[in-house]
Amino acid sequence: MVNNQPKISVENLRLSYGHREVLHGLSFSVAPKEILGVIGPAQSGKTSLLRCLNRTIDFVSNAFVSGSITIDGEDVLRTSDVHTLRRKVGMVSPLPVGLPLSIYDNVAFAPRCGGIKNKDELDARVERCLRQAALWDEVKDRLHTLGTKLSGGQQQRLTIARALSHDPEILCLDEFSIAIDPVTTMRIEDVLKELKSHMTILLVTNLVQQARRLADRTMFLWNGEIVELDRTEAIFSNQPRDKRTYDYIHGLFG
Amino acid sequence: MTASQTDNLKRPRMARSMAAILGERTIELIIRICGVSAIVFVFGIFLFVLREGAPLIGKLDWTKVLFSQEWYPTSKGNVRYGVGALIVGTLSVTGLAMLFAVPFGIGAAVFVSEFSTGKVKETLKIVIEMLAAIPSIVWGFIGLSVMNRLIQQYLPAPVGLNLLNGAILLALMSVPIIVSIGEDALKAVPDSYREAAMAMGATRWQTVYRVLFPAARNGLLAAALLGVGRAIGETMAVLMATGHAVNIPKSIFDPIRTLTATIAAELGETAVGSDHYRMLFLIGVLLFSITFVVNLLADLAVRGVRKQ
Repeated sequence: MVNNQPKISVENLRLSYGHREVLHGLSFSVAPKEILGVIGPAQSGKTSLLRCLNRTIDFVSNAFVSGSITIDGEDVLRTSDVHTLRRKVGMVSPLPVGLPLSIYDNVAFAPRCGGIKNKDELDARVERCLRQAALWDEVKDRLHTLGTKLSGGQQQRLTIARALSHDPEILCLDEFSIAIDPVTTMRIEDVLKELKSHMTILLVTNLVQQARRLADRTMFLWNGEIVELDRTEAIFSNQPRDKRTYDYIHGLFG
Repeated sequence: MTASQTDNLKRPRMARSMAAILGERTIELIIRICGVSAIVFVFGIFLFVLREGAPLIGKLDWTKVLFSQEWYPTSKGNVRYGVGALIVGTLSVTGLAMLFAVPFGIGAAVFVSEFSTGKVKETLKIVIEMLAAIPSIVWGFIGLSVMNRLIQQYLPAPVGLNLLNGAILLALMSVPIIVSIGEDALKAVPDSYREAAMAMGATRWQTVYRVLFPAARNGLLAAALLGVGRAIGETMAVLMATGHAVNIPKSIFDPIRTLTATIAAELGETAVGSDHYRMLFLIGVLLFSITFVVNLLADLAVRGVRKQ
């Protein structure tokens, strides 16, 4: 019974920036320990959707959200403790923002905010997260240099390590591989497959093949509407339910 | 026809580009002069102040001057120019003022920049700027009338003006500078840092002291030091509010006298070219050196921070 309860449940989610509505009433749910791929062209609302899930949409002053999002039975849009929510829903954004701190402090930031002070515990956690983000070997000798001095791709992996540092139950990845070379991308994808054993993952990606490799189910989002949400094999089969899905995946769009 | 047309088109363009080159050179020269003039002015002021005091330098026993607290410039039999107490006075009133002003100013800067919005923010900024515009002599009045009465009434202070009074005034005078420079420094931190920190579940306060303080470190240090500069150089308010007694303070309720106040109070009474007159100019050189050392230390501190 408990296992059948969805981890995330979204009902009629509408989001507008000013008068412009960008999400037109999305409804879907995500099962625990599932990887949900989200594909779709630019401006389709992928990033906006993720930002609603951990309430980082609050930073946009003219954003207005209606409908409901429930995570573990808790109403996300009306929660009183947005900090706990954000710790539960980790986010990796497409443009890496290295905080102006050392590499170590970047990763230890969220655990410290969560109240972990013990040095050994922090050390272990920093190492684990950097290893998971496939960055450890490159930075282990210079953990105390500035995180902002890393290359773009390294900073991207640093943000992945950071998102993992507060042990999120849900991980939202927004085009994480945008600045990462294919080999490293593969290494991180392998890590994601491992993380799946105890995490629910939402994977927004422009690389449709990445969704195909990783996702259990895939959602095709277009102009703020869900065109199709189905098992990944079905979406990538020769006959998805909607023709637009086939066209998008095979580059025949427009 | 076409050839002459292109000729006509080309010629004025050539002439204009000559003018443009000349204009460019002139502007470059003017900007260069503006930049270099800062150095010239600083050295010029230093040299002219030093020149007025210079003839006295060789006649003084400098260990006595710097460490003695006997300041008797008008004594008939035994003139003594000990500025030890004045140095201690300046440093103690500045130090105490900064103890109040830096935490308070940085706190206010954080509030204005991070926690207030809309009308509250605008109002606060305007009021703080107005605070900076109050003339120092008016602060002196406040010290004499309001502050002194409050200190006498609520604190175990002996009758009279004292170090604490001057320090509070100096703190109030430096707070607006610290707030506005500090706020600028915080404002310069990109929003993406704030959002990245808060997206990881940091509270606003955690964002401020774990991300914004390190990111704006240099600017905040500069804000504090400009506050120090304001406090060291201030003359009128400390002359009126600290008691003006040559004395090494043993508690914050003792009266003191500062280097600046001494110059202001005595220069009008001296004959131009007399030893007393020259000594006051040497005090000016001393003040100059103190601020120079403070700035140098700050610069080194910032560099040290950067190297990490």
